[in-house]
Amino acid sequence: MHVIQFLSLWLIPILIACILLHGTYKRVPTYEAFVEGGKEGIQIAFSLIPYLVGMLVAVSVFRASGALDFFISYIKPLIIPFGLPPEVVPLAIIRPISGTASLGMVTDLIATYGPDSFIGRLASTIQGSTETTLYVLTVYFGAVGIRKMGDALKVGLLADLISFIVSFIIVLWMFGK
Amino acid sequence: MVNLIWVALLLIGLMFAGINGTMKDVNEAMFQGAKEAVTISIGLISVLVFWLGLMKIAEQSGLLSFFAHLFRPIAKKIFPEVPPDHPALGYILSNMIANMFGLGNAATPLGIKAMEQLKQLNGQTDEPSRSMITFVALNTASITLIPATVISIRMTYHSASPGEIIGTTFVASLIATISAMMIDRAFYIRRRKKGGL
Repeated sequence: MHVIQFLSLWLIPILIACILLHGTYKRVPTYEAFVEGGKEGIQIAFSLIPYLVGMLVAVSVFRASGALDFFISYIKPLIIPFGLPPEVVPLAIIRPISGTASLGMVTDLIATYGPDSFIGRLASTIQGSTETTLYVLTVYFGAVGIRKMGDALKVGLLADLISFIVSFIIVLWMFGK
Repeated sequence: MVNLIWVALLLIGLMFAGINGTMKDVNEAMFQGAKEAVTISIGLISVLVFWLGLMKIAEQSGLLSFFAHLFRPIAKKIFPEVPPDHPALGYILSNMIANMFGLGNAATPLGIKAMEQLKQLNGQTDEPSRSMITFVALNTASITLIPATVISIRMTYHSASPGEIIGTTFVASLIATISAMMIDRAFYIRRRKKGGL
């Protein structure tokens, strides 16, 4: 635990130092290279805007209209027989779609049921163990101007489903109900 | 597929707003969503400039190819279409390491850079290549060593042990990542049978 905390604090500074030392040793014009690379960053960020606006507006409308809640209420009864607490079902559904919404839900679940309850631990694990699939796809494909996602969306969502099931099993097994 | 999902999200949303009487919320949400998207993109400028600047140094000094070289045995299996020692592999590996440590700020620019390289390999078409789909699939599952945000929320609500979910998160994300790779492979084989990529 301490090792991991130490690493996450030191990893970036160490990495930066290594890059700079190696660059200087290899006689790379470090500052000029940095500026050159940085310019690309600005371009990428700007070209990303339309992709993100399109996706986030659609997700916001879907959520604010009550459509999301409606679909969740339909899916819920299908999942409860497996012993899943119904409280976490909305979280599992929203997790791949919206990072901020799922973070809000996790915070709410932890505040309501306590961080060390079964629901609190399960919500924490679900939130931490996968990325927001739709966001990742939008950003990565959008940044390089690829409009078709191919099978990536299906693969991502299926992996999310597996991650959710595994989270449930592993939290149950490690901490009990 | 994206077009369909996008239109469906919007139209179903608008339809529900009409039935539920939530049109006021929806109007607000539209512009809130657009604003949030721009805020995210603008916020990304700082990290993109900083990390892409640093990585440019690493690229020119050869550090990135060194990373790519270390990664070679595994990369050959996961990304058979990327030539060994290609800088794309260096970016992919750095992206995965950053993700593992919960450094999303560093991971995104590296991932975008990896995608750029993969696009070049694919001859600049706007169709995703096999390697691109694999890489994005890996990123949606992403092995997590330190779920930093979640730990900080648990701390805020006085958990007796905020970090106790590190183990469960790691195992869940590891299994999800392995599954993502297998599902990705299955889809690839299906595509090939159909005569696609």
